Amino acid sequence: MSGVPSLSDLNIAATLPASFLALYACLLMIVDLFIPRTRKHVTAGLTILGLAISLVLALLPLGGVARFGDGERAFGGMYIADQFSDGVNVIALITALLGVMVAYNYLDRIQRQRGEYYYLLLFTTLGVMVMGAAGDLVVVFVALELLSIPLYILSGFRWPQEASEESALKYFILGAFASSFLVYGIALVYGATGVTDFEGVWRAVEDIIAEDASGKYLLLVGAGMLLVGLGFKVAAVPFHMWTPDVYQGAPTSVVAYMSVAAKVGGFAALVRVLGCGMANFSLDGGLVAAWQDTVWLIAALTMILGNMVAIVQSDLKRLLAYSSIAHAGYILIGVAAAGSVPVANEAARAVIMYLTAYAFTNVGAFSVVIAVERDDASNTGLESMRGLAAKQPLLAASMAVFMLSLTGIPLTAGFVGKWFVFKAAIAADLIPVAVVGVVTSLVSAYYYLRIVWYMYFEQGEGEAHVPVPLAWAISIATVGTLVLGIFPYLLSDMTNEITLAFGP
Amino acid sequence: MGSSEVATELYVLLSAVLFIMGAMGVLLRRNAILVFMSVELMLNAANLALVAFARQWASGAGHLMVFFVMTVAAAEVAVGLALIVAIFRTKKSIDIDNLHMFKG
Repeated sequence: MSGVPSLSDLNIAATLPASFLALYACLLMIVDLFIPRTRKHVTAGLTILGLAISLVLALLPLGGVARFGDGERAFGGMYIADQFSDGVNVIALITALLGVMVAYNYLDRIQRQRGEYYYLLLFTTLGVMVMGAAGDLVVVFVALELLSIPLYILSGFRWPQEASEESALKYFILGAFASSFLVYGIALVYGATGVTDFEGVWRAVEDIIAEDASGKYLLLVGAGMLLVGLGFKVAAVPFHMWTPDVYQGAPTSVVAYMSVAAKVGGFAALVRVLGCGMANFSLDGGLVAAWQDTVWLIAALTMILGNMVAIVQSDLKRLLAYSSIAHAGYILIGVAAAGSVPVANEAARAVIMYLTAYAFTNVGAFSVVIAVERDDASNTGLESMRGLAAKQPLLAASMAVFMLSLTGIPLTAGFVGKWFVFKAAIAADLIPVAVVGVVTSLVSAYYYLRIVWYMYFEQGEGEAHVPVPLAWAISIATVGTLVLGIFPYLLSDMTNEITLAFGP
Repeated sequence: MGSSEVATELYVLLSAVLFIMGAMGVLLRRNAILVFMSVELMLNAANLALVAFARQWASGAGHLMVFFVMTVAAAEVAVGLALIVAIFRTKKSIDIDNLHMFKG
C-alpha cells in the first residue's frame, strides 16, 4: 500500500452508482438554495431524477448488461463492487424512490415542505449503498454515520412538535451510543489483527487460529462489540428499545423510509463484517464461525419478542415497529447461516432476497398509514383501519397484500424471503432456529390478519386521502410485492453469483 | 520496546476503563448534555485504543481511523446539540426522564 496511487488505480468507475449519487446529492444541496419555498416540487423532482439515474446505473451490472470499471476492487480495496453490493444498491435506491414519493404530499400536509428533507434522504441512501460495498472497517464506520446522522435530523423534522423532537433525541442518543461500541469493536479487531481491511482481517484470522494465539480472545470481544453496534442499527433484541418510540414519534414518511433503509444498511454491514471478514473465525478450527451461536440466539430472541409484543399493540405505527423488530430476527437467521462457510454465499443471497421483499412490503404498509393519518398525526390507531375496504377498496386491497406478505403467505414477496432464509438455515444445520422462525410466523398471522379483518369485516369511518405520488408509491410497492412473490427467480437469478469469501 | 515506554496493555486497560465510565454515564446520567458528553468519552476511549494499537503494530491504519472518528464526532455534536436546543425550547428541560410521551 505504499506510494501514491494514481487516479486510474482507484477504479472509480466501479463505484459509479454510489459516486454519481454522492456528487448529485452535493449539487442538489447547492441548487436547492436557489429554489424558492413555494416551488419545492422542483427539488423533489430532481431527487427522483437523481435516484432514477443511479438506479439504472446499479441495475446494469446486476442484470449482467454492463459492468463498470476494471474488476471489483475500487479505492485500494476499500470499496467492493460485487453482486452483493449491486443488490444492496438496488434495494436502497428503490426504497429511496418510494420514500420521496410518499414524503412529498405528507410534507405539504404537515407544513414542513423543505429542500433539506430530500438531500438528507439522498445522503442516507448513499450511506446504505456504501455500507453494502464496504471492504474496510473504516468504511463501515463512515458509511454507518453517513446513514445515521441524516436520519437523526429527519426524525426531528417535524419540530417543534414534541413527539418528533423526542423521537429524534432518543434515536440520536442511542445511535451515538451504539456507534461508540462499533468504534471500540473496530479498535479491538485492529488490535488483534493489525489491519482494518476485510481481506487482511480474513488472512490474519487464519494465522491467529493456526497459532492459537491469545489474539483470538481480543478478536472475539471485538466481534461482539461490532455485533452490538450493528445490532442497534437493525433493532435486534436486546438492542431494540428505541425502535417503537422512534417509529411512533417520527414523521411517518421518515419512518416508511428509515424502517427499511437503516435495516438494509445494518444487515449489509453485518454480512460484510462477519461473513466476509470473519467467516473463518472459529475457535476450534472447524467450518463454523465462533459468532454463529450468538447470532442465531439473538435471531431467535428477536423473532419471539418482536412478534409477542406486536400482538398487544393498538397503534399501527407501533405495531409495525415491533413487526420490523420481528423481521430483523428473520434476516438475522440468514446472517447466522453465513457463519457456516459452505453456505455463506447462499445465506448472503437469502439476506438480499429478504431485504428486497421487506423493502417493498414495509414501505407499502407505512404508506397506507400515511394515507389514513390526519394532519395532526392522529388516527394511526388500529381502529383507523375499520371499514377501509368499503370506502377505499384499492387502498385496502394493497394493505391486505402487504399484511399477507409480512405474514409470509405464498405468492407474496414475504414468503419468498422467508423461504430463502429458512432454506439457508437448514443448509447450515440451524434447524431449531428455523423452527422458531416458522412458529413465530404463525403467531404473527394473528396481528397481521386482524388488520385485514378490520378493513373488510368491520364498520368504520374509513377516512383516507391518497394524492397521486402516494398512490404511485403504493402501487409500485404492491406490484413489487406480488411480482417478487410470483416470479422470485427474476431476482434470485441475478444474485446467484454472490461470493463473500476471499480467494486463497 | 524500551524500558521507559509504557506497554500497550496499559493503554488498552486505560481505554477500557474510560469506555466503561462513559457507558455508565450514558446509562446513569439524566441530563442530555452529560449523556452526550459520556458518549464522547466512549468514542475517545476507542480512539486511545486505536492509537495504542497503531503504535504496537507500527501501522498507519489506526491513526487514519482516529481522524475519521474525530471528524464524525464533530458532525454528531452539531446535530446533537441542535436537537437538545430544539427540545429545550419546547419543554424547557433537557432531563431525559421527561422524554416519556410513548408507552407500551
